[in-house]
Amino acid sequence: MKDNPFSLWVYLSQSPLLWLTVTLLVYAGTDAVSLATRRHPFANPVLHAMWIIGAFLLLTGTSYTTYFAGAQFVHFLLGPATVALAVPLYENRKRVVASVVPMLVALVAGSVTAVVSVVLLAELAGLPRDVVLSLAPKSVTAGVAMGIAESLHADPSLAAVAVILTGIMGAIIVTPLMNRTGVTDYRARGFAAGLAAHGIGTARAFQVDEIAGVFSGIAMSLNALVTSFLVPLAVTLLVR
Amino acid sequence: MLASLGLILLCQLIGEVVVHGLGLPLPGPVLGLLLLLILLLARDRFSLLARGPLCNDGVETASRGLLAHLSLLFVPAGVGVVQKLDLLASHGIAIILVLALSVVVTLLATVLTFRLVSRLLKQQDA
Repeated sequence: MKDNPFSLWVYLSQSPLLWLTVTLLVYAGTDAVSLATRRHPFANPVLHAMWIIGAFLLLTGTSYTTYFAGAQFVHFLLGPATVALAVPLYENRKRVVASVVPMLVALVAGSVTAVVSVVLLAELAGLPRDVVLSLAPKSVTAGVAMGIAESLHADPSLAAVAVILTGIMGAIIVTPLMNRTGVTDYRARGFAAGLAAHGIGTARAFQVDEIAGVFSGIAMSLNALVTSFLVPLAVTLLVR
Repeated sequence: MLASLGLILLCQLIGEVVVHGLGLPLPGPVLGLLLLLILLLARDRFSLLARGPLCNDGVETASRGLLAHLSLLFVPAGVGVVQKLDLLASHGIAIILVLALSVVVTLLATVLTFRLVSRLLKQQDA
């Protein structure tokens, strides 16, 4: 090698290859740990991949923009993965059709609770107005939440962070909480996970039970729909 | 495999075009999901459609592959937290507490409503 190692680093750290590789390898590691602990809620692979990669970026002084140039290839797949939810939905269509009424009622109750509770709590905690607005759509999937935040003139990137934090907390808490409520119906448990914690909750639900995953995916899609209408309404009524 | 991925992308593309074209307040991929579901259901009715990615479990296998690592797809957006360290330093604890409480309340409201309604329906049937 004729150049010094530093110039090699400068070259690599600017290329998408490095950050895509880091994303995949770190996740493969955290996922292996999660599997080894038999999917313990606290071994959540997203949570641990997030802080490990984040710390690595801070230590190497890499900007998020540079990182995202590589990681965007993974991020892009969120859209196709949403479309792919049609397959488990199709395969379990009989069970889904049979529970359409409880699903729709729970959808309305859950969406309203998600938006109203976060707005009221955030106001109670005395958070600044633009933070309250950015937290409001936190229960829907990242792309949708960012769109909602934008239309409210709030901060879309903060909305995305709120979405991910909500998803991780939901995924960690859902199993112990549901065990404590004594609800053993995996349709209901999955539906709640997807409604409150979107795709991360759905990923968790698929780890626990296939039916829970299917209902979680439906809840996530339906909630994206309802929340888009609900947040602007709730904000006009509740935010000073 | 390639055609199956192409079909999934096509559903998303049509979803995005329709949503943006008509200004609908829903995400393009959700419409894409509905579209793929309709295609799968239509395939069972009309054998004409059962070819390419829609036969031999083509699109089903591709979808399962995508969904197998659904969590991974959230990592890039999650790392975005490094951009918000200032805000988290000043309001982090309040934000985390607010989100945590809200997620618990939401989970409970949803699961209990679902169970209540499905029990009421069962009693009606009996």
